[in-house]
Amino acid sequence: MKARHKRFSLIAAGLILLVIATVLITQSFKSNLVFFFTPTQVEKGQAPKTGSFRIGGLVENGSLKRLPDGLRVQFRVTDTAKTMQVIYKGILPDLFKEGKGVVAEGKLGAAGIFEADQVLAKHDENYMPPEAAAALKAASDAKMKAGTM
Amino acid sequence: MIPEIGHFSLILAFCFAIVQGTLPLIGVWQHKPMLANVAVPAARLQFLFIAIAFISLDYSFYVDDFSVLYVASTSNSQLPIMYKLAAIWGGHEGSMLLWVSMLGLWTMAVTIYAEALPQTFKIRLIAVMGMVSIGFLAFVIFTSNPFERLIPAALDGRDLNPLLQDPGMVFHPPVLYMGYVGFSVAFAFAIAALLDGKLDITWARWTRPWTTVAWVFLTLGIAFGSKWAYYELGWGGWWFWDAVENASFMPWLVGTALIHSLAVTEKRDAFKVWTVLLSISAFSLSLLGTFLVRSGVLTSVHAFATDPRRGVFILLYLVVVIGGALLLFAWRAPKVGLGEKFDVVSRESMLLANNVVLVAAAGSVLLGTMYPLLMDALGAGKISVGPPYFDAVFVAIMAPGLFLMGLGPLAKWKKASLPEIGARLKVAAVISVISSVLVPFIMGKMSLMVVVGVFLAFWVGSTSLILLANRVKSRSAATPNLVDNLKGIPLAFYGMFIAHLGIGVFILGVTLVKGYESEQDLRMEINDVAKIGNLNFTFEGTQTIKGPNYESQQGTFTVTKNGKAVAVLHPEKRFYPVQGSVMTEADISPGVIKDLYVSLGEPLEKGAWSVRIYIKPFVQWIWAGAILMALGGFCALADKRYRARNKKLSQGSKEGEQEAHEAFAS
Repeated sequence: MKARHKRFSLIAAGLILLVIATVLITQSFKSNLVFFFTPTQVEKGQAPKTGSFRIGGLVENGSLKRLPDGLRVQFRVTDTAKTMQVIYKGILPDLFKEGKGVVAEGKLGAAGIFEADQVLAKHDENYMPPEAAAALKAASDAKMKAGTM
Repeated sequence: MIPEIGHFSLILAFCFAIVQGTLPLIGVWQHKPMLANVAVPAARLQFLFIAIAFISLDYSFYVDDFSVLYVASTSNSQLPIMYKLAAIWGGHEGSMLLWVSMLGLWTMAVTIYAEALPQTFKIRLIAVMGMVSIGFLAFVIFTSNPFERLIPAALDGRDLNPLLQDPGMVFHPPVLYMGYVGFSVAFAFAIAALLDGKLDITWARWTRPWTTVAWVFLTLGIAFGSKWAYYELGWGGWWFWDAVENASFMPWLVGTALIHSLAVTEKRDAFKVWTVLLSISAFSLSLLGTFLVRSGVLTSVHAFATDPRRGVFILLYLVVVIGGALLLFAWRAPKVGLGEKFDVVSRESMLLANNVVLVAAAGSVLLGTMYPLLMDALGAGKISVGPPYFDAVFVAIMAPGLFLMGLGPLAKWKKASLPEIGARLKVAAVISVISSVLVPFIMGKMSLMVVVGVFLAFWVGSTSLILLANRVKSRSAATPNLVDNLKGIPLAFYGMFIAHLGIGVFILGVTLVKGYESEQDLRMEINDVAKIGNLNFTFEGTQTIKGPNYESQQGTFTVTKNGKAVAVLHPEKRFYPVQGSVMTEADISPGVIKDLYVSLGEPLEKGAWSVRIYIKPFVQWIWAGAILMALGGFCALADKRYRARNKKLSQGSKEGEQEAHEAFAS
């Protein structure tokens, strides 16, 4: 009888732990989801005003500038329909290039400038980050639609 | 000519795989020994032809045959010879050939080392391996042919991605794949047992060494990859929770659970159904990893430009293999039986808790990895899961498991007593608590994460030592001489001891580097000095140097401490003209206590550079811990009882049984 009670309480304790764990996991999961937006969507105000998100597209040709402090860089990301200003402090990845695909993660700062804390660039000649490709496709689809109407 | 031989060999290998995967099963089913006995020769021929294909392709790399499309796109005449040979797995097609080659190698090993297994079981085992091989060979031949010709031939190749031109490229992929694919053997053992409807202690004893070998390779492969990322990517990180890293980590977690569950099945004839399920899961996760890496659905260091058809093929294959295995499991598992019962407080229950923890950890990683892909596939938008999720959830799940790790090995099989375990662990508890306060005190900063981390590291380490001490004490009456005493303890025990110590070392490394690392982004002119802690980093300027296939700006930094030179570092910024790409090569002065890490950003005006400097305390302990875990695995493999098993089966002597028994007593 005693053994059975012991077993029951252990199982109950196990279940309670399991429930707590599940709650904690889902909480942590929800608060760490990072959503992706194209420059067009950001322009329309669909991106969160506070909190992190990702943007993607092409680095606009001739837009890469180094700010006077020597550490921050500024460039524009375009999905060919809309562009947006991005500021990044730190060292850009080796494969970051103007005219190539890029994905940046960060927050929307003052004056609508995107303050990136992470920049991901393409990894080989042919490779385009799926997010960047999706942004370009969305923009070109929108144009096509506008054209036919 | 050579590439055609390779291609043709691959097709022959495919034919033999079909023979190996089908006829023997029919033979066993219909009791036709003629058909059944085809298994071994077919498997060996399959391996032979895969080997010919592999060598042909590498030969094409060796002689710079740019009329082969794959060679032209991943190699270059200027590439150093070591990287030419390794470039074979530098792209999609060759990686898949490597996958298939590893599978061939494992199958070959099974035909050689599984001599002692009962005939029908062995035949089924090899047939299942053949079936796995059919799918992958078909994938290579029909969607990813590495021998495709390029006409007219390219004048020179497009070069291997500079990121991959590193000694890590030579070791990381083959070792990792060896581990990844190695779980196919455990999988085949499980399927063969389900087909047999019989699963006992002997089965577990056969399966164990195979699983351990795969696990050792996977451990080393992941550790190499992490080390490589650390120095090559130039960001000073060693683990990014990148989907591809997760893809290799999930089979590792489940594989670790499997190793422990197999121990219970072998020792106590318990956890049977669970062990089978883990064997299936470990390999399924390996396949899932292959899908993630090879289908191009991810933004990752490992992603190549790929063809979506390939993704669909692997996905279908995944569904067939995993679905088939699970169906078979559902149908046959009741025949296998649950196994022996055990008390709530016993080593079995501790190991069960270990398994639950590891599987839950793998599950949380799976959720974070797959959720974004699922949402994307359902058209619900593009989402990514941030590393903080993985950090928080993974640590929270693993911490109680690591605590139990201290108790488990001290608990008795079947029924243990908590007060007794507690009494044995008093010393360990005292050591761990004191260290968890003392270490942050010495390092100069206290945080909850560090206290918990250091506690767990010392807890795992000290309980392992106490376990060893107990073992020696219990034997000291019979063998008073300490050296003889230590020599008499089976290697399997030392294997566990070393692997567990490795976990302790690993946790300590992770905790201290997370807790005390420092990072600075600076703009440095020539002769500028950056002061970090009590170290002075002086930038002496850069010079241009020429490598075999690149040109480099090499910086010089001298590091001094109280006026005395500590290290000279030469980080580089390399330019590879063939792909027109730039690569950062960080320079690191590694140390037991800390690594000094400098990488060059970009040239600014007047010889100044943007520079990143890191101090990484105890970071090397992370990989040292992983190496210890692998060493522990090797040690366990060298145990007498795995050799004794063959002797016992062939001679029927009692001696093997005796040795095996000794190896388990604890």
